[in-house]
Amino acid sequence: MTIRLTNNRIDRKFAALAEKEEKALITYVMAGDPDLEVTAALIRTLARSGADLIELGAPFSDPLADGPAIQRAGQRALAAGANLAAILNLVRQVREDTDVPLVIMSYFNPVLQFGLQEFAAGAAEAGVDGVILPDLPLEESGRILQLLEDQAVHLVPLLAPTSTDDKINRVAQGNNGFVYCVSLTGVTGTRENLPAGVELFLQRVRRQIKQPVAVGFGISNPQQARKLTPYADGVIVGSAIVNLIEKYGREISRLEAEISQFVGTLKESLKPEDNGDGSSILANPEAI
Amino acid sequence: MSFPDEQGRFGVFGGMYIPETLVPALQELIEAYQAAKRDPQFETEYKTYLRDYVGRPSLFYKAERLTARLGGAQIHLKREDLNHTGAHKINNTIGQILLAKRMGKTRVIAETGAGQHGVATATACALFGLKCEVYMGEEDVERQALNVFRMQLLGARVISVTSGSKTLKDAINEAIRDWVTNVQDTFYCFGTAAGPHPYPLIVRDFQTVIGREVREQSLAALGRLPDYLIACVGGGSNAIGFFHPFIEDRQVKLIGVEAGGMGIESGLHAATLSAGSVGVLHGAMTYILQDPHGQITPTHSISAGLDYPGVGPEHSLLQHLRRAEYVAVTDAEALEACRLLTQTEGIIPALESAHAVAYAAKLAPTLPQDEVVVVNLSGRGDKDVQTIARNLEVE
Repeated sequence: MTIRLTNNRIDRKFAALAEKEEKALITYVMAGDPDLEVTAALIRTLARSGADLIELGAPFSDPLADGPAIQRAGQRALAAGANLAAILNLVRQVREDTDVPLVIMSYFNPVLQFGLQEFAAGAAEAGVDGVILPDLPLEESGRILQLLEDQAVHLVPLLAPTSTDDKINRVAQGNNGFVYCVSLTGVTGTRENLPAGVELFLQRVRRQIKQPVAVGFGISNPQQARKLTPYADGVIVGSAIVNLIEKYGREISRLEAEISQFVGTLKESLKPEDNGDGSSILANPEAI
Repeated sequence: MSFPDEQGRFGVFGGMYIPETLVPALQELIEAYQAAKRDPQFETEYKTYLRDYVGRPSLFYKAERLTARLGGAQIHLKREDLNHTGAHKINNTIGQILLAKRMGKTRVIAETGAGQHGVATATACALFGLKCEVYMGEEDVERQALNVFRMQLLGARVISVTSGSKTLKDAINEAIRDWVTNVQDTFYCFGTAAGPHPYPLIVRDFQTVIGREVREQSLAALGRLPDYLIACVGGGSNAIGFFHPFIEDRQVKLIGVEAGGMGIESGLHAATLSAGSVGVLHGAMTYILQDPHGQITPTHSISAGLDYPGVGPEHSLLQHLRRAEYVAVTDAEALEACRLLTQTEGIIPALESAHAVAYAAKLAPTLPQDEVVVVNLSGRGDKDVQTIARNLEVE
């Protein structure tokens, strides 16, 4: 893995983790679920309990890459009045006391209506480090990619098991903070087992891509996260956290305790294990 | 100039705004479609099914009593309602399912609003022995019960969609989620000239048989081209198939009729081109109905097939270029037109098509008697009789 050192918090975070031989834990919450005040509290809880990067969902009425858990979270957030302007304010507010890299994950239409230029400038000014738009493939991303790059905000590209080698190679030419590898053909949501072939897919990506590679979709527990550590620089957990928010809702202290505990065990699974000889199992995948 | 370009753009409209997982599947579809177009055998096969199975060409009928009642321009009807399965949708599904077979896909999914595209897909799948699953909004499942039963009888599984507004928009979301999951063996038979490239192109091409026939039939019967073409527009597949062969004939005026619901000012409508703004929905940049934050807003129409907050990108371009005009008529006007056509001509139109009839009924009396208006009667009304009965007092 090679990381171009910039002032972007995502780049700095991956560089720092690489030094420690740790893998990144990337957690997702829907901003505004159940309301923006709770989200602000949860960002701090997540960062304190071990999340290395936080994806903040910005709700869209028609989230076609999302499964039922995140669909429902989006509906709750929309009902609570969440929108991009309010979410950028939230980022601005939490930036006063946290340095955790923040990535906005939404769909293209809300960003388009906000105004591409206004969004790029607003995101940078608020302290957003990256943007993920699952319905904006590389083919359509030219203009916003340029606008975000001008502001030193990363547009994180997605790759899927169906991606061609040519596509992977084109993504490899960019400098995007990290590359989001979708572990399976499907939508977001927890699954009992890791998808078959995910290791081969990640190896295929790794052969061409030198930037940090993170894997997401369907990863919901520390065992699954640990199994992926030899193949990726980071693991993304979304629906499992969103499910906790749905379950505990506004019982804020209970919710924070549950999330803190869950995120703590996830992060533990991504730290190097002591092999007794001072070498790390994560640095040496063949040992598994 | 011909649209779309290589990137699937109709001017600024169109494109391919879909998850990366589906990009290779759409590329594969583009290549398969281009290969099929170059293969004379494909065209022969398609045309043979249209003739021997669908029953084409469909009739071009002079509606004399309707014309006399309205007292203005001559009204002709393009009788897509007489096609097998009762609507224009079969023109497209025969083409797409032949394509699915060429591509070696074993499972077909589709979305449906009124159920006409679902029935047409289930029919083509029965004809060619493919497994078929149709996504349909829960609300539409209720208001189009007859078509649900027809699909099931044809061997399709109908999946009731309970997310979002429970109508066509959400059926498309669920169908796309299914396709993202099962992309390896599944063909997505898209029903309207919207969605990501290449669907607006493929669906238009398979529907242009409507306009090509009208052109020949008008020349044969009247010795000239019509003055006005009128079609209803939801996603816009019947309209684009009807309009497309006339785009270069500037003297032929093209009018798309959207669902005005309870009236545009009420906010309860599905008049995307009349009252919407440019955005991205279901893979394409096009006119959509949305709030200032880019959230898609709920729609209303008495007609399930027009109850959709987007529209095909080529219609957005035609409006932008002012080559076509888009207007809206209300639920009440469509119902009244349904009664008018039924009682003057003995033809019960689908509520979708009744929107086109309603606008023709407004326009024709303002025109001289030697002008010719052709209305695309895109579907028959059997599926709607319960809705019509609930809303209309029959004398």
